[in-house]
Amino acid sequence: MSDVQDVSPSTGAKSQAMPKITFIEHDDTVHTVEAELGSTVMETALKNDIAGIVAECGGACSCATCLVHVDEKWFPIVGPPSPEEEDMLDFAFEVKPTSRLSCQIKVTEALNGLIVHTPSYQGR
Amino acid sequence: MSDTIKTDIVIIGAGPVGLFAVFELGLLDIKAHLIDILDKVGGQCAELYPEKPIYDIPGIPYITGHGLTEALMQQIKPFGPTFHLNEMVTTLEKIGEPGFRLKTDAGKTFEAKCVVVAAGGGSFQPKRPPIQGIEPYEEKSVFYAVRKMENFRGKNLLIVGGGDSALDWTLNLQPLARRLTLVHRRDEFRGAPDSVNKMRALVAAGQMDLKIGQVASLEGGDGQLLAASIKTKDAVERVACDAMLPFFGLTMKLGPVADWGIKMDEELIPVDTGTFESNIPGVFAIGDINTYPGKLKLILSGFHEAALMSQQAYHYVYPEKKLVFQYTTSSTSLQKKLGVA
Repeated sequence: MSDVQDVSPSTGAKSQAMPKITFIEHDDTVHTVEAELGSTVMETALKNDIAGIVAECGGACSCATCLVHVDEKWFPIVGPPSPEEEDMLDFAFEVKPTSRLSCQIKVTEALNGLIVHTPSYQGR
Repeated sequence: MSDTIKTDIVIIGAGPVGLFAVFELGLLDIKAHLIDILDKVGGQCAELYPEKPIYDIPGIPYITGHGLTEALMQQIKPFGPTFHLNEMVTTLEKIGEPGFRLKTDAGKTFEAKCVVVAAGGGSFQPKRPPIQGIEPYEEKSVFYAVRKMENFRGKNLLIVGGGDSALDWTLNLQPLARRLTLVHRRDEFRGAPDSVNKMRALVAAGQMDLKIGQVASLEGGDGQLLAASIKTKDAVERVACDAMLPFFGLTMKLGPVADWGIKMDEELIPVDTGTFESNIPGVFAIGDINTYPGKLKLILSGFHEAALMSQQAYHYVYPEKKLVFQYTTSSTSLQKKLGVA
């Protein structure tokens, strides 16, 4: 086909700017990274080698080793855990009212700018 | 101590790949014993995602971890594998060319021509709470499992957790204990409703205590616990206790595999991709625990590895025989082994 070169690159008009997520480690190291829409905060952390996210079960909400503490002002936007996730939080340590399992937080446009804190220890 | 169990092959790990190895070995008349630290077969499929869907098993568009385990158990039934559950292999020692002696933490001894390490991410072991200074108390007054209930008679016990393990041990140990306190981070329990009701009845009757909070620190000396501080919603409470039992589920740890003289790369066993043998002839590694160029940690890769491993193992188990490759579809002898001919 002659018009093959006219095809827009994948970064064309259709895709929006990627939401940014800031991970703050327990020692206050800050990482701000881009996240893919529809992926999870856990996957974003692994892709960017964020310390403190283990994700032993690979995102099945079965291990509680991807715990994050959502920043207070972001928690109402992220929302509370599902009953299933709440059960799994029982296996985590130092659980706070704003704690979530990052594999259960889907990246949406509304989460652009999200701040989460990673714990010093994931139960292992 | 029991007599030595002699078998062709010992498979360490009864996850999907270890189970399928029984099938491939069985077609070649190789008998297997399987040892797993969990109290059930299925490995991660049983422990981490029994109800979660798996979409990438060839020919099966959708199956749960539990479903896959059940199907594999049905598939290997004709070969009558022997399972040793709730046991961890502690030592592996070379006694022949090839030939190996293995010991488990349950005191069993095995002798086998070959060993297949199908241990996935390692052994599932209890999670240790990150309470500062907990280590000196472990196995002295902090226990992650109950071996003998009698050891807790007349003691002040602290049980931590909200699942079935925590609740079951609460109900079992409450009659023996001097005083039992259950600590859980929220006033909801994911354990069986019947156990929750029984526990609440004991609390209502004043026969045990329930604290909603998290253990913040421990107090004691020489491995002997005296008290724990429980951080509740708006206070810190000190609870006197002689022993603490935390039940926070399981996590995968490599375990003793690293001590057996097998060459390791990080926490994985490098293998030859023609035979899936480690650096020790007769010791194979299949599934998530092995590594080679291009390795993918997929169940389907493990199945392939099991098939090739079995071909090589045959030469060790039957050194005098020639192996003729056959298909289950057309071979009467294979179909007889499967009980369908």
